[in-house]
Amino acid sequence: MSPTLPVLLAVPAAGAAVLAVATVSDRVARIIGVVTTSATLVVSVVLAARFDYGSGAHLQHVVDVGWLPALDVRFHVGVDGISLPLVLLTTLLTLLCAIHTVSSTPEPGRPRQLLALMLLLEVGVLGTFVAADLVVFFVFFEIVLIPMYFLINIWGGPGRRVAAVKFILYTLLGSALMLVGFLVIYSQAGSFDMVALGHAHGAHISAGMQLLAFVLLMLGFGIKSPMWPLHTWLPDAHTEAPTVGSVLLAGVLLKMGTYGLIRIAVDEVPDGARRVAPALAILAVVGIGYAALACLGQRDLKRLIAFSSVGHMGFVLLGIATLTPIGLQAALIGNVAHGVITGLLFFLAGAVKDRFHTSDLDELGGGLLAKLPMTGGVVLFAAIASLGLPGLAGFWGEMLAMLGAYSPGGGSSRPLFLTLMALAGIGTVLTAVYFLAMLRRVDFGLVADRWRDTAMRDVAVADVVAWTPLVVLAVAIGVWPRIVLAVGESAVSGLLR
Amino acid sequence: MSHWAWLIPALPAFAAVVGLFASRWLPGGPAVPAIAGTAGALVAAVAALAVVEGDPAKVRESAVPWSPIGGITLHVGTRLDGLAAVIAVMVCVVALLVQVYSTAYMAGDPRYSTYAAEVSLFTAAMLLVVIASDLFELLIGWEVMGLCSYLLIGHYWQTEGARAAAVKAFITTRIGDTGFLFGIFVLGVGAHTFDISGVTRHAAAYPHTTVTAGALLLLAGVVGKSAQFPLHVWLPDAMAGPTPISALIHAATMVAAGIFVLARLYPVFQAAPVALTVLGIIACITMLGAALAALADDDLKRVLAWSTVSQLAYMAAGLAVGGWTASVYHLLTHAAFKALLFLAAGSVLRTVGTNLMSEMGGLWRAMPVTSVTAAVGALALAGVPPLAGAFSKDGILGAARERGGTLGTAVFVVGLVTLAVTAAYVTRLFVRTFLGDYRGRAQLHESPLVMTGPLVLLAVFVVALGLPVLPHSYGVSRWLDAPPGTRALHVGIGEVALTTVIALVAIGSVALLHRRRPADDPVAVLGPVARPLARAFYVDDAYDVALVRPVRALARGVVRVDSGGVDAAVVDVGRTAGFAGGLLRRLQRGNIQGYLTGLVAGVLVVVLSVSLAVAR
Repeated sequence: MSPTLPVLLAVPAAGAAVLAVATVSDRVARIIGVVTTSATLVVSVVLAARFDYGSGAHLQHVVDVGWLPALDVRFHVGVDGISLPLVLLTTLLTLLCAIHTVSSTPEPGRPRQLLALMLLLEVGVLGTFVAADLVVFFVFFEIVLIPMYFLINIWGGPGRRVAAVKFILYTLLGSALMLVGFLVIYSQAGSFDMVALGHAHGAHISAGMQLLAFVLLMLGFGIKSPMWPLHTWLPDAHTEAPTVGSVLLAGVLLKMGTYGLIRIAVDEVPDGARRVAPALAILAVVGIGYAALACLGQRDLKRLIAFSSVGHMGFVLLGIATLTPIGLQAALIGNVAHGVITGLLFFLAGAVKDRFHTSDLDELGGGLLAKLPMTGGVVLFAAIASLGLPGLAGFWGEMLAMLGAYSPGGGSSRPLFLTLMALAGIGTVLTAVYFLAMLRRVDFGLVADRWRDTAMRDVAVADVVAWTPLVVLAVAIGVWPRIVLAVGESAVSGLLR
Repeated sequence: MSHWAWLIPALPAFAAVVGLFASRWLPGGPAVPAIAGTAGALVAAVAALAVVEGDPAKVRESAVPWSPIGGITLHVGTRLDGLAAVIAVMVCVVALLVQVYSTAYMAGDPRYSTYAAEVSLFTAAMLLVVIASDLFELLIGWEVMGLCSYLLIGHYWQTEGARAAAVKAFITTRIGDTGFLFGIFVLGVGAHTFDISGVTRHAAAYPHTTVTAGALLLLAGVVGKSAQFPLHVWLPDAMAGPTPISALIHAATMVAAGIFVLARLYPVFQAAPVALTVLGIIACITMLGAALAALADDDLKRVLAWSTVSQLAYMAAGLAVGGWTASVYHLLTHAAFKALLFLAAGSVLRTVGTNLMSEMGGLWRAMPVTSVTAAVGALALAGVPPLAGAFSKDGILGAARERGGTLGTAVFVVGLVTLAVTAAYVTRLFVRTFLGDYRGRAQLHESPLVMTGPLVLLAVFVVALGLPVLPHSYGVSRWLDAPPGTRALHVGIGEVALTTVIALVAIGSVALLHRRRPADDPVAVLGPVARPLARAFYVDDAYDVALVRPVRALARGVVRVDSGGVDAAVVDVGRTAGFAGGLLRRLQRGNIQGYLTGLVAGVLVVVLSVSLAVAR
């Protein structure tokens, strides 16, 4: 039994507890926040260093102890090639958010409470990614909702209350559907253990029940991902959330949905997956095109990036729906790339809003490259990365999702998936159109008169520290994708055996 | 053997990184890494040329595993043969001259360091395309070039024209690139490998429909990159960028990549005759259409841009009829004379301060070096022997005649007609710019040596590149080996005589028109026909109506529907869902207790359900 995973969860939990009860000064609170998230990152790096990449298909660093014996619930956790990259992404992004909080804490301040909630959020997300028992998964999944609700509701923009309520309602509805899905699986297979359920691969579950369970899980996880047309909570939540909230929401929270879909729905009710896959693929591709058109018509920078998430996650969902190793690899690297790139975009949108006190494209009025050359330069980079330029991280997820659709698995109709592939290809063109339109309106051109005489700081040290790792990762994963893909390679074929 | 070949793209790539992040700490500024990186690449490329000399068909490969992608493993590496070495040298020479020339042309530009780094990255991306051993590796270079062209065309981003042209270039080529990506899918999945060697070896073994689909899809990318009809619209607008960039895009990178990929993956196209026929038809339309558009445009750089579109169509047509060597040779000669013409145009524009030929004229007096070198380039473009361009074009026409059939005859005839139009527009360009009387008001002077030096050097290349095909030497074949089933470079005396006569007659006619009325634009003799030519047959307007406006309207519609319809519908569904509806009402009053109640209720539901399930 390896202590690494309990430590991974305990460190941020302890940090959250300390910040919650100890009335320390803002400065000390920030130090505790950065130290705790750094320590968590270190633990996750140790986890990665001691991971046996030769057997990425197997759960490692396993802890399996009795928890609620009467209910046959065990505290069963572990990591494999599918969850490891997401664990690292979570610890990295949370650290960067903690660092960001050092330089700017959103209104109304109170960094101690903000950081405590962020650490609690981290516990929930990490727990979700390492859970190997459906009840454990559910508990951690739910833990995440509470801090995010307060992040939006307390530190958000003017429309924060409505956005927070919408967020919590949608996700509670999703949780309810997911939970019913779990119970359907349990009632049929008689176990909550994800490893056992994965091994059984749906063996004891009738075709009808598999269909029911998959549909429930698809809707539940689909709300989180988000899947069109269940995405409408997301633009509001992102627009109103503070920068760290948006980064964590896009960077890691959405991944819980697609991760659950792969880990639980595809693995445990494979027959249901095969029957619903075409519908999932259609919704995914509609989402891609819909999001691109919606982005083209946006007036607000944060809302535009939020909608772009719907499109990017559409590619992840398309990859999953192909039920091929290539498609699942697309989902894995798409998840990571989206976390890195969209995380960066939200940091940048936050920086712009911080400087200009608006994220309205018309009010910004262009000339960012002239006014703030470094911020403008990184915005340019992030937009290019996000539109899927080959050589940067975003490319691989999109490309592999379409390559998976070229020869779909699970007995799906090839003509249908070829059509969807072509439509997704049009989606990539539209994605380029709206990102370039955004750059044309924000980055290029002359500085608007109203900003010409306003003095502004270009980048702070905390900005450089928060942005640089994401820029480096976007390039590194783009040039050398095996740092993600090699980790998951054996695990994805295991899922589809 | 060729394990060092990766240096060819790596040196300029490294120069780009240094130039972007560290140039302010370098003595000598951003020009130093830019020029040093490109010069280093040139040395490596020349070494590669020496390696392949004498045995250009032999492929020297060196690759390492790149990444598993779900059952298939990609490899990344270099693939060196005669074609790669020759094109690499061509790219490096032009890029180096552009970098040197730019130190003067861009002097005083506040964003010169970014500019120089972007040119280095552009060069590196093209060189990656040239030596890539894997299709996705090639695609990275291919698309990074798209990015660099976007950035450089938009270099003067304070002007609306540059911003629009940059976006247009990226989007237009990206439309084609989507097809290109799918073409890679078709060929790679069919061959169970994405290695270029694997795919070309497998070419004959593909089922007929597979290889046809794959070739046609690749063609979409080529048509976009090499600015062929119907995706040609971005190139003339790309003139909004700095003039040395035009030289780079038109001679060494970007548009050359499309032709290069056709030549690189030629076995695939040979296995798909339908794709070659489509290519030939596209080339014929583009060749003549672009030449006619060049005839009427008043903008010096746009005339040259249309000329590039038309000349690339010659290369595409040559490949369509099996004239592989002639097409690659024309790519080389065109690189020399088009780089020369653009750099000469840059020299002119910096002096007169306008692109419009109606405000030029008589520049030969003040700018003798620019005028003479431009004359050499113009004669080469017009196809007057023994300059580069004349023989390569004759080689293409000869291949078309040899192939015969409908396609061969069409290419031959359209090629001859285009030849006449080409000679006419080149002559018009030259007399409107350099002869007659000056019609503008600027203070005229010759450009500095850093700018005229590259012009003279390129003029020497233009003369020298025409020599290898003089009878019996055919020196090209020491470095370029025609793939099996293609026509070796053969320049018949018949073609040379015919094209020379046509070119001279066309040149003479325009010169005569100019002589009669030196102040007038010779194109005026066409009367009302000139207008549709100057508007390039209204293709841009058609795209605006058929594509741009509908997409915008659709986007507005989606925004309306999303806030009104979809959201409301989902909320309504939630509202009517009893339990959730109650929760919603409570929560909309912003009641935290309501949320907590909901959470507790949820947990209770879990515990109860689980207990029930266990009890059963």
